[in-house]
Formats: sequence, C-alpha cells, structure tokens
Amino acid sequence: MEIPQAKKMEMLRSLLLARRFEESLTELCKIEGKIPGMMILCTGQEAVGAGVCAALQPEDSIITNHRSHSHLLAKGADPRTLMAEIFCKRTGCNKGKSGTLHLAVPEVNAPCTTTVVGGGPPIAVGRAFAQQYRRERSVTVCFVGDGATNEGSFHEAMNLASLWNLPVIFVCENNLYAGAQRHEEHTKVKNIADRAAGYAMPGVVVDGNDALAVYASALDARTRALAGEGPTLIEYKTYRWRGHGESDPQLYQPKEEIAVWQAACPIPKLRGDMLIQGLISADELHALEKKIDAVVQDAIRFAEESPYPEPHEALEDVFA
Amino acid sequence: MQQLGMGQAVNQALREEMTRDPDVFVAGEGVGVSIHDNPMFPTAGLLEAFGAGRIKDTPVSEAAIAGLAVGASEAGLKPVVEIMFNPFFTLASDMIVNHAAKLRYLSGGKSSFPLVVRMKSGAGIGAGCQHSHNLEAWVAHCPGLKVVMPGTPADAKGLLKSAIRDPNPVIFIEDMLLYFVPGPVPEEEYLIPIGPADIKRPGKDVTVVTWSKMLGVALKAAAQLAQEGIDVEIVDLRTLVPLDKETILNSVRKTGRLVVLHEATRTGGFAGEVAAVVMEAAFDSLKAPLRRVTGPDIPVPASPPLERFYIPDEQQLIAAVKEIL
Repeated sequence: MEIPQAKKMEMLRSLLLARRFEESLTELCKIEGKIPGMMILCTGQEAVGAGVCAALQPEDSIITNHRSHSHLLAKGADPRTLMAEIFCKRTGCNKGKSGTLHLAVPEVNAPCTTTVVGGGPPIAVGRAFAQQYRRERSVTVCFVGDGATNEGSFHEAMNLASLWNLPVIFVCENNLYAGAQRHEEHTKVKNIADRAAGYAMPGVVVDGNDALAVYASALDARTRALAGEGPTLIEYKTYRWRGHGESDPQLYQPKEEIAVWQAACPIPKLRGDMLIQGLISADELHALEKKIDAVVQDAIRFAEESPYPEPHEALEDVFA
Repeated sequence: MQQLGMGQAVNQALREEMTRDPDVFVAGEGVGVSIHDNPMFPTAGLLEAFGAGRIKDTPVSEAAIAGLAVGASEAGLKPVVEIMFNPFFTLASDMIVNHAAKLRYLSGGKSSFPLVVRMKSGAGIGAGCQHSHNLEAWVAHCPGLKVVMPGTPADAKGLLKSAIRDPNPVIFIEDMLLYFVPGPVPEEEYLIPIGPADIKRPGKDVTVVTWSKMLGVALKAAAQLAQEGIDVEIVDLRTLVPLDKETILNSVRKTGRLVVLHEATRTGGFAGEVAAVVMEAAFDSLKAPLRRVTGPDIPVPASPPLERFYIPDEQQLIAAVKEIL
C-alpha cells in the first residue's frame, strides 16, 4: 500500500505531539500539588493512536480508556483544553469534572474515555449501532488494553458486534502488562487476536510500534466495516515504558526488557523512514519539533493560568 | 375508557413513541420473538409492527444490551432496552452505574444519554430470588439516573412516554403482576411528567407513602380502615428520583402520621430515605413515630406460602397504621 505523504506527516506530528505532551506530564506530576490524582501515560505506545486515527475520518468515533492521551490528541482534541482538564481546571474540556482519567471530547467524536477496564467495548457497540441504524458511512474504534480482553463485557461486545455486522474496530493495544501482570500471567492465548476466531471475525496481529503498519491495518479494517462486513479485532504488539501509573515503581518490569523496547521506539522508526525517503528534511523536522514544543508549552501555560472550578460547580451537569 | 394491563399500557407507549420518533428503538432479550407469547406483555406485537431494524432481539448479554443503550444514546438515538428480570440488573450494572449515570457529568455537561432501561420486577411469580428482587434503592443511590416505578397502567403509559423523551437515563421498573391487573387508560394521547407524586386517595388521619405494586395493597388496606373510620391518605411516589418531597411533606404535615410501604427488603430500602426526608423537614408535625412496612431481610423464596410471607400485605399495613394512631 502506498501511504500518502500527508498521512505520514500527520502520523509523525501525532507521535511527536503525544510524546512531548506526556514527557511534560511525567515531569509536571512530580511537582507536589501541580496535578491532582493519578497520572497514567502511554509513552512508547503512541504509534497505535497515531496510526489508527490517521486511518479515520472526522465523522468516525473513538471510545478510549485510561491510557488515552495519544488517542485523543491524534483524533484532533485541542491540547490546551485537554491539558487544562488534566490539571482539573475550569477551562478544561470537561470543566474539571473528569480530570486526566475520563477525558470526553465529543466535538472530535471521542465521547467517552472510560477507566473501567472493559467498559469501552459495549459502548462502542452502541455507537456503531447508531452509525448502522442511520446508514452513516462511519465507523467506531474501541481502544482497549490486553487486560480488558479478560473482562466479560469485552466478549459480550465482540459477539454482538459480529452478530449484527456492526462497523466497529476493536483495537487491542497489547503493551505486555495488565497492571503488574505480564501477558502470560493473565492470559493463556499467546495472541489476543486469536480471540476473534470465537466471534467469527478477523483477528490480526500487527507491530504496534510501526506507525505505517498500524495505519495500513486500521485502514483495511475500516474498509471492511464500511462495506458491511462487520468488525475486526486488531492486536498491536507494543510496550508500556512507564508503570501502570506514574506512582508505579515498576519492580516487576525487567530493566533490560524496557531497554529493548525503548530501542524499538516508534518515533525514530517513522522519522528515519521519512528522512531517508526525503519526505522531510532535517531542518523541517527541527522546525516541526520546535512547533510542537511550543504547542505543549502553550497548553501548559494555559492550564497553569486557568482557575480551578468554584466548589458549587460540583453540583452542575448531573442531569441534562 | 379502555381497560389495559400495565404491559399493554407500556406497549401502547412504545408504539406511540416509535411512531412519533424514528430515533426510538427497542432492544433486549426476547423483545421481538419471545418465550412468553402473551398479549399482556409489554413488547407483544412490536416486531410485526416495526420490523427487525427497530425491534432488536439481542443475545443473552446484559452488559452489551446496556452498553448498546449508552453508546447509541450518546450518538443521538433513543434506546429503550429491557432487562428481563430486575436481578439481572447486576450483569448490566457497570454500564448503568458507571457509564449511563456518570458520563454526562464526566463530560462537563457536553454529552447526554437519552436512554430508558425497562426492568421487570416483583415477587409473586413463584420464580425465586434470582428472578424476583426489587433493587430500586440501588439505582436511586446513583446520581445521574432517574428512577420511575409506576403503580397503575395509566401512570405507566404516561410516564414511559416522558421517560423516552427525557434527555437523561431513566430506569423504568415494571412489576410483572401488574401486567395482569386491568385499569383505565385514557384513549387520547397524554404524558405524565417524571417527578410529581400522585395522591391516589386523599385522607386526614395517616399518610401512606408507597409505589408500584404496593399501591394496590395500600388501597385495599385503606378501604378496610375506612370502614373503621380511619381515613388514610395514599401518596403514590411513581418516581423515586427525582423525589417529590413537597407532596410527601405536605401530606405528613396534614395527617401527622406516616407509614412507608414497599415490597423491597427493609435494610437500606428506599423507605429509609423517605423517613429521613420527613424527619429532617417535618419532625414537628409527627404525632407518632413513623413506621416502615417492607419485605423482610431475606431473599425472595420460591415456595408459595414462603413467597406470600415475603410480600407485604394489607394486614401488615393495617397493623402498622393502628400502631401509630
């Protein structure tokens, strides 16, 4: 498949933005009182969000999970209001009600980030049902981790999506760990994608650190879904560089293993390809990195300068 | 006026709203082709009338059914999904408790979830505790859900139509025995707003607050007590969330006495909430301690004499009223 240059640029931009955004969060959340609550990052896994979202159109939807930042940024969420929400400020995309864990950005068709592991698939099925019911030419992507595939809700959703030929793409980001458990400690099948066979849907295993391969596989699944051929389960093999959350000392992750996966970082892979092929010059790359750094710095400044919500605002937004 | 069971009234509401709004669809286990081929049941004949595109028979997958409603409603459809028996709510509960109820709040008010979850409830069907377990207090304890529990066919129809048009998630609980108790239902179209309680019988001596099937018990007890010169006022809540505190308080201020009657088990039951509302705002009006008449703290048993023992009856209510007079 010949991938257009503009798509490669889009993916490179998404990768760099997500990495810069989260590297900043790694530092910011160490500062006492700066960011309330948990901090869960997807550092090292950004090619999945970048590649999948590059294969989508604005009218397509994503349902995501606790490791959502790269998905939302790649889908086009505004870094400023996202950062402000992570800081739990009133100017955040959810007025401080969600914080970093439940970011909802319906304006870019990313209406739900659920931190209940396995909560996303049934909702994605509902979203895709609405797309089918209204005969829209759009699909819903559901991002889950490997751990979520052991929840019953995942299996109920896979079955129903397949039964009704719904336009869903189940994206399993297999980062090798669910909490502190390695893959082989929580799941007997070697490939999560094998579980697709139980629902008569295609299951594909793809290198999740290769943005171009991610893009191509997601585009295939989208084409299938739009043709009325139903859902696809794609397992992207990747790795969680950080702990489950930033407070996790990662005692169970061998340092050598982390080093091996850091050597397989998705950014130099795509960047190197694009430089060699002359799709971007060193100067242009430098300018892009500078621009992205400015976007992130601006988002942080916006978040820092924004006020917290007034306490009584806690009472708003329960009912429509 | 037409005489309908509550299932038939629900059926009329579904037909009218589906005809009115193409975004309304019905999904659940056996909502199209059912193991219960009974014209008194709520979804009878819908498949023939509206087709398989809008009447969706699902697999036995409560989490997927509830998730279908959450995802489709955020996208603008108006799902009415059925949980076949109230106890199966546990299987759907993550989607309802953690998602339907909370996602609007988590979005900062950007998204809304206009869905209805119909649950069939109630003891008296001889099916035991995994098919009979009234869990209205569980859902009432989750901010973000409206909870409706009608006691008459007419209320069920008008309230369900409002629930379908409501922009919020509504849990609509139907007692299955009421499917077979005919009552008058207006021929012309009408809505009943979610929220206001209804005084089903005015009286001056004691207030009985109740809902769902227990309304019938309250009415029978009131008729017997009337023969003894005791005048009972019956407040049918109809809606637990939002709760019509004003109607409850006004009634208690008038009568000075309160009995709360529900079929659900006692500890943590919604009677405790009603009692607390009254104690906080109308303590001075009470002439006697309030009373609760509820199911005992046991799972609903299967054997007929045991199940009859479980379900609160007129005699228990009459005794409670007399205790505080």
